[in-house]
Amino acid sequence: MTTTPMTTTTTTTNPVLDDLLARHPRSPGAVLQALREVQARFQHVPPVAIEALATWCGVGLADIRGVVGFYHFLSDVPRGRYTVYLSDGVTDRLQGSEALRAQLCARLGVVEGETRGDGLVSVHATSCTGLCDQGPAGLVNERPLVRLTPRRIDEIAELIATEVPLDHWPPDFFTVANPVWRHEQTLSQPIAPGAALQTLVVPDLATGRMAFLDTLKASGLRGRGGAGFGTWRKWEACRLQPGPKVITCNADEGEPGTFKDRLLLMAWADEMVEGMTIAALCVGAATGFIYLRAEYAFIAPHLDEVLARRRQQGLLGPDVLGSGAAFDITLHLGAGAYVCGEETALIESIEGKRGIPRTRPPFPVERGHLSMPTVNNNVETFVQVAQIAVHGAPWFRARGTELSPGTRLLSIAGDVARPGLYEVPWGLTVDEVLADCGAVDVGAVLVGGPSGRLVPPASFGRRIAFEDLPTGGAFTVFRRDRDLLEVARRFTHFFAEESCGFCTPCRVGCVQLTALADRFAAGRGSPRDVARVHEVSDLMERLSHCGLGQTAPHPLVDVLTQFPEVLVGRLRTDDEAFDLAAATADMGANPTTEQP
Amino acid sequence: MSRTDDSRPTFVLDGETVPFSPGQTVMQAAQDAGRYIPHLCHHRDFAPRGSCKVCTVLVGGRAMTSCTLAASAGLDVTSASEALTTDRRHLVQMLFVEGNHHCPFCEKSGDCHLQAVATHVGMQDTHFEHAFPTRPVDASHPDVWLDRSRCILCELCVRASHDVDGKSVFAIGGRGAHTTLLVNSPSGLLKDSAIARDDRAISVCPTGALLPKGGAYLVAIGARRYDVADIATKPEDT
Repeated sequence: MTTTPMTTTTTTTNPVLDDLLARHPRSPGAVLQALREVQARFQHVPPVAIEALATWCGVGLADIRGVVGFYHFLSDVPRGRYTVYLSDGVTDRLQGSEALRAQLCARLGVVEGETRGDGLVSVHATSCTGLCDQGPAGLVNERPLVRLTPRRIDEIAELIATEVPLDHWPPDFFTVANPVWRHEQTLSQPIAPGAALQTLVVPDLATGRMAFLDTLKASGLRGRGGAGFGTWRKWEACRLQPGPKVITCNADEGEPGTFKDRLLLMAWADEMVEGMTIAALCVGAATGFIYLRAEYAFIAPHLDEVLARRRQQGLLGPDVLGSGAAFDITLHLGAGAYVCGEETALIESIEGKRGIPRTRPPFPVERGHLSMPTVNNNVETFVQVAQIAVHGAPWFRARGTELSPGTRLLSIAGDVARPGLYEVPWGLTVDEVLADCGAVDVGAVLVGGPSGRLVPPASFGRRIAFEDLPTGGAFTVFRRDRDLLEVARRFTHFFAEESCGFCTPCRVGCVQLTALADRFAAGRGSPRDVARVHEVSDLMERLSHCGLGQTAPHPLVDVLTQFPEVLVGRLRTDDEAFDLAAATADMGANPTTEQP
Repeated sequence: MSRTDDSRPTFVLDGETVPFSPGQTVMQAAQDAGRYIPHLCHHRDFAPRGSCKVCTVLVGGRAMTSCTLAASAGLDVTSASEALTTDRRHLVQMLFVEGNHHCPFCEKSGDCHLQAVATHVGMQDTHFEHAFPTRPVDASHPDVWLDRSRCILCELCVRASHDVDGKSVFAIGGRGAHTTLLVNSPSGLLKDSAIARDDRAISVCPTGALLPKGGAYLVAIGARRYDVADIATKPEDT
């Protein structure tokens, strides 16, 4: 494919690298996993590794460099031997994360985003790490840091400065809790491994599979990732396709404010895997992947354990529970990219590529992983599939609404007395949920994360349901005195950082919106800028390639339309808004293009 | 492909019937029928990409990129409308402000698809906030020049270098606003790549991002292809 001269062997001059690469199959799908390990071992991806991986896959150096440049947690320049990412999520900010980041940088003598001269440490801001209920939070070399305080930051700085190995740090620094404040049918019904599968293979798979598809259809289960597509419809479409099939589990829980899959992955992995296996037996898939977001890498050893044990138990492998059908699952880790939660970007990432969403149609159920028909469902969907297999459709439908049957997990964070996980029946009002979590004097609730909707108090009677306020699980509460314009500005920057860059409206529109939000925040916006927000948003929502660009304008648009008071006293007239001095401030700097 | 084959199925584009062959997209069928739908990342010689969104049309009120939309019998497609022209103008303006484009003295002026489509959709100003990005120039090669300031990330060079030239000189790197064109060579520079001045990857570039060195002004600006005719009437090599 390329005429660039390259070595024909993957042997490099570095034995550690050779050993690391030798542990991966030489296929494009292994590229991202290998790159992650190279990054962890060498704190960057050195040119020799890029060369070796390009040779593996028969692609150019630029293709591998393109993958490295796409993912946040990969870098072609060395990061610190202690690489610290502090979550810059909105709830982390409400809890003072910015001051903590500055404190850590100052204590360690490091500039944010740059590696210290001796290579010891680098400190970075990163998108929400899925620990909003125990923030301010972060990561150090793939381990989670929770409940950070100024005192703890001082301790961490000392541990890093004296190069104490992470294994010797106080374990409670890394202890992730999963506070659950409300149980309904899902969280009160653990299933013994194999119990759900048993219902599928007795008396035989051919009968059990069709019976379960009927049950699934009757349950009305809709995908818990947020879009709410009927699970049965998705499976049935895939089942009717010819050829080998694939099951992917979306554990890329990237929506800021969402952390409910963290609990399921840590404590309900058996049920999740059982649901995936049921899907495989129903549609006829032999191959499965769990796509785990990089921020949850700390859960990977547990998931590998569960998969290994289930293989021993005959619940995965060449003959699942004596059914005659084969199915096995590979754990695939992301490397820092919100867009990979989009199912076609997720599939691209599993194939070892940049996470660019595909053009649809064809949908994954027709052409997914390596062009094979693929069912992709959320972690929670698979858990509930397993429970439906055991308890039946009427049991499932006993809670929830007609159009949104069952229950769902909410990740509740922000200004509440009891942040954590809540299992609620669909159809509860925002007010009811607020009462549950002990929120008072609430100014706004973000339902469904920044890609969802910001709900004002006048609408707190609205219901959490696909037919009213859908949510992929995030429920973030803001007290009345919070600056919602700043919240919207931060989320707008989040989307600009996470846009994959493929399509014009999202790639450019996100940047336009950040400039406008910054201008409002600085008190330099005008009515013309408000109109411009709506113009750009309208274009993005209609013409963007995927859901990211279509929903990226939500935070800013919702604040301007639902909370117009945020602009009172902050707008100038159109004539006054143009600041010649500010507009020409950088002209003395004479920015020149770099010549190679 | 015969345009008089009455047995082919048809769809409707702006009220007129367009025949298509199985497997064709709306864009391909429209091009075969001599109908112009504004586009930038699409080229008739290459597989569709669907990223610039300029070729967006309406089907049943829904916006779809015509370059990736499979033609099907009876489809009712709207391309010529004031609203779509406004959308296309905004998209082209977005492409202008995210790069650094200097049409009046650009070597490609008058032959540039970006400029020609901008004229076609009635662009009079850049409308949006300029990003003024600092993007590296690659002047290292004796015969070929890469100015990323003028790159609109259409990936036509990526496709052409791979599919036609058989060299895979280009790839896409970075992401979001920092998405960039990468050169496939150990140094990342054109001089160490397999590029040659006659490569299709160079000639297919719709803007002045990739240019052969020398000879840029043999035809004066003002007398070039799109200086004298609207791009809709000169659809060759688009």
